Amino acid sequence: MMGRMLGAGVLSLGLLAGCAQTPALRGTGDMGVVIERATGAVQVVEHSGRTSLGSVPGLGDLSHAHVTYSRDARYAFVFGRDGGLTKVDLLTQRIVKRVIQAGNSIGGSVSQDGRLVVAQNYQPGGIKAFDAETLELVSEVPAEYAPGQFSKVVGLADVPGQKFVYALFEAGEIWVTDFTDPRQPKTTRYPAGKQPYDGLVTPDGRYFMAGLFGEDGIALLDLWHPEKGVRKILDGYGRGEEKLPVYKMPHLRGWAMAGGFAFLPAIGRHEVLVVDTRTWTEAARVAVKGQPVFVMARPDGRQVWVNFAFPDNGWVQVIDTPTREVVKTLAPGKAVLHMEFTPRGDEVWVSARDDNKVTVFDTASFEVRQTLPATAPSGIFFSHRAARIGF
Amino acid sequence: MAVDRSLWVHVVVLLGVAAVAATAHAEPATARQQELVNMVRQDCGSCHGLTLQGGLGPALLPAVLKDKPAESLVATVMMGRPGTAMPGWAPFMSEQEAEWIVARLMQGFPPVAQQLESSK
Repeated sequence: MMGRMLGAGVLSLGLLAGCAQTPALRGTGDMGVVIERATGAVQVVEHSGRTSLGSVPGLGDLSHAHVTYSRDARYAFVFGRDGGLTKVDLLTQRIVKRVIQAGNSIGGSVSQDGRLVVAQNYQPGGIKAFDAETLELVSEVPAEYAPGQFSKVVGLADVPGQKFVYALFEAGEIWVTDFTDPRQPKTTRYPAGKQPYDGLVTPDGRYFMAGLFGEDGIALLDLWHPEKGVRKILDGYGRGEEKLPVYKMPHLRGWAMAGGFAFLPAIGRHEVLVVDTRTWTEAARVAVKGQPVFVMARPDGRQVWVNFAFPDNGWVQVIDTPTREVVKTLAPGKAVLHMEFTPRGDEVWVSARDDNKVTVFDTASFEVRQTLPATAPSGIFFSHRAARIGF
Repeated sequence: MAVDRSLWVHVVVLLGVAAVAATAHAEPATARQQELVNMVRQDCGSCHGLTLQGGLGPALLPAVLKDKPAESLVATVMMGRPGTAMPGWAPFMSEQEAEWIVARLMQGFPPVAQQLESSK
């Protein structure tokens, strides 16, 4: 009798504790995080009701941060500048695990099977693969392109076949690493061009493109036919014209493929380049307000949204893809750093660092649907990235 | 002797004027200082890191800069460095402001106002 009462007591205590800790059941498909750059925190948000659900501090230096998601879209892997890799549970808004994996890091990506999280690092230059469950180090590939010489790694993208593609800034190469055997990755190297600064993979995972800072052109690798090597496209797109000083490197991540055309930032010019993806030749250029940083297609490809480098970073412009004309110019605040579309593109969230706010726009009417306070917000990352190649 | 004394007075006065002028040049107004600090942390920071520990561009910490002549650092800030990704910032600041920034970088750069508030 005593035992039974005690048992019941323990059970009800357990239930009470359970009630206190476990939030109501919900999916994570409409959730995401907003990076608060200066304070090393993320806000957990949801885009159905456009609200902030809470804040997770203690993530280190997030002055350059990237977030990728676990295969089940419950956990955010947050990569910080200081080499911190933190696994955050969107549902409980807690840190599950945190490791310092490098001295200077810029991002990472999750493998096709969801079992590996791979970080790309500046210092020490290279990539490292971690168990997505435990964040234990599984293997690493130092970016040693010549004896004793290490390169910064940029543009890392996960692609089919348990592979990761990335570019080496100093080495001017693209590397493809196969993690089919996660403890013994195999790497193939391809010469790419001078100073690749970022990369992207097409949504089908077939073509990897690296933007080049040291020359006018883009390095293209067809991953269905890697044996053909890297092809230079848009070679000399600024021929004979002096490049403007670049106050912020463009970001290629956040692909902009729309209706058979790729929309890409022109480096050192106030232009968006339009490339025909059947022939990989230039189809048009769209004049814009400044040097583009992010050039991002709305998920249906009908619009491309562009933000700009300092000193034009208070503007966002919208390009209509069939006419290739700027149809809207918005001023969402001081120092617009990033944009993120809802999964089907009805709305877009835009961060304004120096105005400490995130603005949600309706992409059809361009009306403001909501503004949310945030401390020096930068990147916005929604959980549907979990299901996409190259995010 | 009297001549010598008046010469010295002149020199001292001139030095004093020069010192005042130098301070006036080296110290931008407080509001402008905050703008410059913000610009260095945020905009220079997009390549050199918000904490200035380096990114695509090199670290700008006192230990890294200590052996470099200030004049050449000021020239790099103003005109950029050809062959690298470093642009010239002359359109956004005066040479005196660049000197002020370099001097602060060599001492250890102040945080932005927002960071100060949040650390309180």
